[in-house]
Amino acid sequence: MIPSIPQPRALRLAYSAYVLLFFLYLALPLTVVAVFAFNDSQFPSLPWQGFTLDWFFGDSRPKIGVFHERGILRAIGTSLFVAVFVSALSVAVGTTNAFLFNRYDFRGKGLLYILMLLPLVIPGIVLGISILVFSSTVANGVWDAAKVDIQALRPGLVLVILGQFSFIATIATLVISARLQKFDRTLEEAALNLGADRLTAVRTITIPFLAPAMIGALVVAFLMSFENFNTTLMLVGSDAPLTIAMFDRLKEGSTPLLNAVSLLLMLGSSLLALLVIVFQRRG
Amino acid sequence: MRAGVRLGFILLLAPLVLWLALLIVIPHIDMFLVSIRERVGVRQYQTSFANYLTFFQEPLYIWTFIRTAVMSVLATVITLLIAFPVSYYIAKIAKGRLQQVLFMLCLIPFYVSELVRTFGWMILLRETGIFSNLLQWAGLADQPVEMLYNDAAIMIGLVYTSMLFMVVPLTTTLESLDDSVIEAGYDLGGNGLSVLREIVIPHAAPGIVSGSIVVFMLSLGNYLTPIMLGGKDSLWFTEMIYNQFIVRFNWELGAAFGFMLLFLSSVIVWGMLKLTGQTLEKTMG
Repeated sequence: MIPSIPQPRALRLAYSAYVLLFFLYLALPLTVVAVFAFNDSQFPSLPWQGFTLDWFFGDSRPKIGVFHERGILRAIGTSLFVAVFVSALSVAVGTTNAFLFNRYDFRGKGLLYILMLLPLVIPGIVLGISILVFSSTVANGVWDAAKVDIQALRPGLVLVILGQFSFIATIATLVISARLQKFDRTLEEAALNLGADRLTAVRTITIPFLAPAMIGALVVAFLMSFENFNTTLMLVGSDAPLTIAMFDRLKEGSTPLLNAVSLLLMLGSSLLALLVIVFQRRG
Repeated sequence: MRAGVRLGFILLLAPLVLWLALLIVIPHIDMFLVSIRERVGVRQYQTSFANYLTFFQEPLYIWTFIRTAVMSVLATVITLLIAFPVSYYIAKIAKGRLQQVLFMLCLIPFYVSELVRTFGWMILLRETGIFSNLLQWAGLADQPVEMLYNDAAIMIGLVYTSMLFMVVPLTTTLESLDDSVIEAGYDLGGNGLSVLREIVIPHAAPGIVSGSIVVFMLSLGNYLTPIMLGGKDSLWFTEMIYNQFIVRFNWELGAAFGFMLLFLSSVIVWGMLKLTGQTLEKTMG
């Protein structure tokens, strides 16, 4: 079944139709979410009551738009805050890991590599509860020993950041390692021969080479953090990131406000994705 | 210089070891310790397997556990069956720009939060939703049809949500299959079916395995989709973990549940790797 092997026309048509259907299926849920953000009704469902932008810009009840809804705006802020920390941490640790695995041979390297991959095959909710259990063990231990309550170890943003980082770091490591493996080490040696010390050689030669992968990893980590639900759910305190805030609202019943938020999310993440593609074309 | 190399090594090793020890290994050991203790009084515990016993003695827990596993396997198989022809089309039949565009189109939905995707299916499937209205309009139903809150809805959501993680590894492995190998298969008298069985599928095996592992893990550990599409009684195992931890505050039982889930996923992933002769480093790395 490749173009150079003739196949019956009907079969080829059926195949193309199947692929077309598949893409319709992919697009369908996102399209309805987007379309109903503009429905002038209390509910994101038929019948269509006419076009409105109130769910974005409305400022009076019952139609308060995204840009006037404090709770949602605050949740977006929280998500951004978490995502910035998680992506920065992940890329930093991913880069050091990439160098470690690429440049050094040491005992236990294979074991560490497998351990490093494990977070990908541990369910997110289990990662969340294990960190929750451990951090409260530590917090309780410190309290019993010194009567100091470490707030950072109670459910809250610090734990959310650590929980998300615990598996996003693996992805950053893989992305950056893949590029480092393609690096020609003689370039670094040339720099050393020309009188640079090791750190200068890495900083001026290797890091610029890695930059596209590091930026790619940064964006992927950012998106994964922004979207994360399972791990966050178990570690969240009083400040809810956007996905948790939306989930809580959705449980109470949905309004097109959620569609409007979703549409903004789609636009935001497509833009970021596009940025990565453009960047990687150049890199 | 030797000392410098050694220092560099330690500086690079430190973040990795801190991360794995403090966020992965020790938390899981601690969770295991919590799961094997039994509360016998106020802040008094003793070591016992009571929590695991509770798990095995309560039919609801066991049933939910098995049900979650079976549904996740089913979701993985369905995802594979739907994704394979599409990946093959993208890798082998579409050419040039079309190929790139199709691949990108597959990625787009997954840059969007799972919450949004699931929300989309709720709008489609609910009683006042698009499909219900469509059926009524077409005269196939004379009253609103509720399509949410059943197992089929959960399955649709799970398959949709994990599709990317199957399409991408499949497409990548299929792209590396040389056209001339397929042609040779036909030249040697094979037909579409035997070429598929003896050339294409064996070649795609690493992609099939890694896609299946990821899809299975995502389904098993999913919380959002079963809750939102399956309703309050979706009987998903992650929901039981959540309830023990957050609603009932019974961390001991919750930790035991967490371990059962981890055990189940490890066994299935390990079995899948062994069965196909793959390793974790090769499929994930």
